[in-house]
Amino acid sequence: MTFFQNNLLSAMMLVPLIGIFFIMFIRHENKDREKTNIRWVALLSTLATFAMSIALWAGFDNSNPGFQFVENYAWIGDTIRYSVGVDGISILFVVLTAFLMPIVILSSWESVQTRVKEYMIAFLLLETLMIGVFTALDIFLFYVFFEGGLIPMYLIIGVWGGVNRIYASFKFFLYTLLGSVLMLVAVLFMYFKAGTTDIPTLMNFHFDPGVQNLLWLAFFASFAVKMPMWPVHTWLPDAHVQAPTGGSVILAGVLLKMGGYGFLRFSLPMLPDASVHFAWLVFALSIIAVIYTSLVALVQEDIKKLIAYSSVAHMGFVTIGIFVFGANGIEGAIFTMLSHGIVASALFLCVGVIYDRLHTREIKRYGGLAVNMKVYAVVFVLFSMASVGLPGTSGFIGEFLVLNGAFSYNSWVAFGAATGVILGAAYMLYLVRRLIFGELDKDDVKAMPDLSVREKLIFAPLIAVVLWMGIYPNSFLDPLHASVDKLVSTHFANLDHATKVKVAPAAAEPEHTEHEAR
Amino acid sequence: MTGHLPSLVPVLPEIILAVGAMVLLLLGVFQGDKSYTQVTNLSVALLAVAAFVMFGEVGSSRQITFGGMFITDAFALFAKTLVLIGSGVALLMSGRYMRDHNINKFEYPILVLLSTVGMMIMISASNLMSLYVGLELQSLSLYVLAAMNRDRIRSTEAGLKYFVLGALSSGMLLYGISLIYGFSGTTDFATLAATLKGMHEPAMGVTVGMVFLMAGLSFKVSAVPFHMWTPDVYEGSPTPVTAFFAAAPKVAALALFVRAMFSAFHGMTAEWQQVVIFISIASMLVGAFIALVQTNIKRLMAYSSIGHVGFALVGLAAGTEAGIQALLVYIAIYLTMTLGAFGAILTMRRSEGMVEDISDLSGLSQTNLPMAIGIATLMFSLAGIPLLAGFFGKWYVFKAAVDAGLVPLAVIGLVTSVVSCYYYLRIIKIMFFDEPAPAFEGGQGRTVGLVVGVAAVLNSPVSFLLISPLVAAAAWAAGSLIL
Repeated sequence: MTFFQNNLLSAMMLVPLIGIFFIMFIRHENKDREKTNIRWVALLSTLATFAMSIALWAGFDNSNPGFQFVENYAWIGDTIRYSVGVDGISILFVVLTAFLMPIVILSSWESVQTRVKEYMIAFLLLETLMIGVFTALDIFLFYVFFEGGLIPMYLIIGVWGGVNRIYASFKFFLYTLLGSVLMLVAVLFMYFKAGTTDIPTLMNFHFDPGVQNLLWLAFFASFAVKMPMWPVHTWLPDAHVQAPTGGSVILAGVLLKMGGYGFLRFSLPMLPDASVHFAWLVFALSIIAVIYTSLVALVQEDIKKLIAYSSVAHMGFVTIGIFVFGANGIEGAIFTMLSHGIVASALFLCVGVIYDRLHTREIKRYGGLAVNMKVYAVVFVLFSMASVGLPGTSGFIGEFLVLNGAFSYNSWVAFGAATGVILGAAYMLYLVRRLIFGELDKDDVKAMPDLSVREKLIFAPLIAVVLWMGIYPNSFLDPLHASVDKLVSTHFANLDHATKVKVAPAAAEPEHTEHEAR
Repeated sequence: MTGHLPSLVPVLPEIILAVGAMVLLLLGVFQGDKSYTQVTNLSVALLAVAAFVMFGEVGSSRQITFGGMFITDAFALFAKTLVLIGSGVALLMSGRYMRDHNINKFEYPILVLLSTVGMMIMISASNLMSLYVGLELQSLSLYVLAAMNRDRIRSTEAGLKYFVLGALSSGMLLYGISLIYGFSGTTDFATLAATLKGMHEPAMGVTVGMVFLMAGLSFKVSAVPFHMWTPDVYEGSPTPVTAFFAAAPKVAALALFVRAMFSAFHGMTAEWQQVVIFISIASMLVGAFIALVQTNIKRLMAYSSIGHVGFALVGLAAGTEAGIQALLVYIAIYLTMTLGAFGAILTMRRSEGMVEDISDLSGLSQTNLPMAIGIATLMFSLAGIPLLAGFFGKWYVFKAAVDAGLVPLAVIGLVTSVVSCYYYLRIIKIMFFDEPAPAFEGGQGRTVGLVVGVAAVLNSPVSFLLISPLVAAAAWAAGSLIL
């Protein structure tokens, strides 16, 4: 048991790979039989990973702000090590990833009929890499996982995507890569300066403020693209629209969270002065993103594009929350990311349901679904409300905490962000009106059947989690507190004296400043 | 010089290869062209014997012989191992192609052997004279190899072009050598280094001579602006010959470049560093941008190799021991990538003969999935995407550059790698996203498939396990060069 606990994170990364290994050797004369077997193997391996993620959460010590479940083995040379672990900031992202994967596999059960084997292999590989990103404690390892995820995602968009998939897949790959190579230079430079690639050590290493600014910008280039922040968000609508449903779910649910996670893991703790220095830039871009992309979402004709733009707006909230440097803001940002991971995924799945029936994503082609697809209408409205941030759903908690944090920092930032809440309600309600309500006057829409058992099975856990997060958020906030407090206190402890004076009123209490590094 | 014989032990592998090549030549002459297969197999065996002797008898200790003309050390051992692997694999992959094109002449393996001897002398050269002799032995064999397919106009054109331009570069090299000799009074690397150290400021003539020498060497590694021959020669030569060109001679020339700069011109690092930075940036840019518009896969690989030489030279530009280590890691990984990629090109055969257009790969994932996955792995690795071996090479060269304070060089290099990523992705797109073209004929022989498979596995995430020993070996090799 101890061995299992000591290697739980590696085991979570290994199980999908074992699944890939089995899938590669599945052969049967009956092609349908072969596909079914492949799907089952993929589902079982993702479920096993999910079960392990629950064990991880259960074994997680909420009061410990440091890294837990740490594994550390020598890898290349003296400095680069295979080192993984989770703290309060990363653990729920790992759980989110493991939670969404079985849902993705289930959602593609019938809609993907071509090249099932490659499809499942790509997703399982992606799962390993995503867990790796959130757990890596070595910056080299982090970069490998962070970039490696491009390969399966490129293939998923390119092979199983829509009409314009090639453009979208190239844009996705090259955009993200260009951002990341600048980060690579920064990583190399940090390695050179600090002489280590160990993330906990780097968090306590003080970089020269002048250097910090350049390093921060290099990291920003990568995370802002991944996030995505305005104005480098344009790859996202293309990728979302062209990707198959499963790809959109993972893209919105997990891949977009890597940018926010990167800010929390690298920019804030390692480059605190630069983070304070550039906070205005982040706020400006985020507020533009919130307002501009909400307005753009309002006029979309394509459902997936609309949700993609709403994702950009939500991510604007996240970046605001992160850069107000307060516990509330950061917890709100993490909570918003988790909530958005569930809600946006669910919305993309909702789109997938009607796309499978009518093979179009044009809003005009639908209407009046509340009449003939009653269960579907309930599900869709629920998730729309969660996206808007209705109290009682997960969206509300995150937005509230972010706005609260922003308000104590600067009321104008909070004002800008709050505009997004109003606009968000506008475009989502407008979408619901056009899609769910209105006249049921189209014959092919009339013929659409309601949710099947499999589809209900997919939505049930998502609904449960959204309500759980909205009604009793403490289950999800408790693991965060210790690590976020530590991040906030060390963030200000590491500040250079000159910068400290500037932000002094908001600084944390000095008794928190001892380093609890392990 | 005294009358007694110099120690022959350090040169034993070269002697075995040279004598063996003569014996095989006799064998070939007596038996005629039907001996092609036999001579090829024996040549590969001979390369293996040479490697065996090199590891067993010569080892990695520092030995100098022939009055300081020839040196063996860990660096030489590392580079020669790569050269022997490159030559052996290229020979093994040739069989079917040479027979199909009716150029299965026994001279082919013998010329490969002789050029391998030349490369090994280049790697071990510690005097400008042995440098030149090794280089010419290698080059003359390569000129003939390029024109191997005498009846095809492209092949003879490639050979002629290579010869004329190669002669020009040899001329520049010799001119540089004569200037260096004239102004410093020596051709020996160690003496030259000591002489340069003695001067307050290097004599102008030596600097000019060194730049000419570097121009000649740049030609051999096909670095910009001396790269013009590469695409034509790569395209025109028979494909197995191109595979050979892309692998072993590159390694040898880069190793020679490194040794000349570090052991002879160590005192002039500031002077040669600027030149290397320039050719490295230029190579990366040309390799990235011009390859974007290529439609022939061999030409594409030519530009890709120019770009990769640029990346490898980043390690040299750093001018540090870590830089040499990075360069060695890079070329070791590049060797596997390029051999695998040319193996894949050798499988592109239809009933009408070999095809070389990138579009011929259309939909390969639906006609031959394992091969498509293999090629995709190699392409992602060439692009330097993490998860695959190519990234480790990039990581080390750019790390060396950043450590040496050359951050702008690293930024330019990495941005060009994003540009070059586009054409590697295009190949993957054609294989995976496009509608299938007619399937390729099989029967290219098991060796080619095996080479592609092994190369793909080595470049796949399996490399996570192999990278640590490679880095350690490269560090050990690089350490032997810096005294």
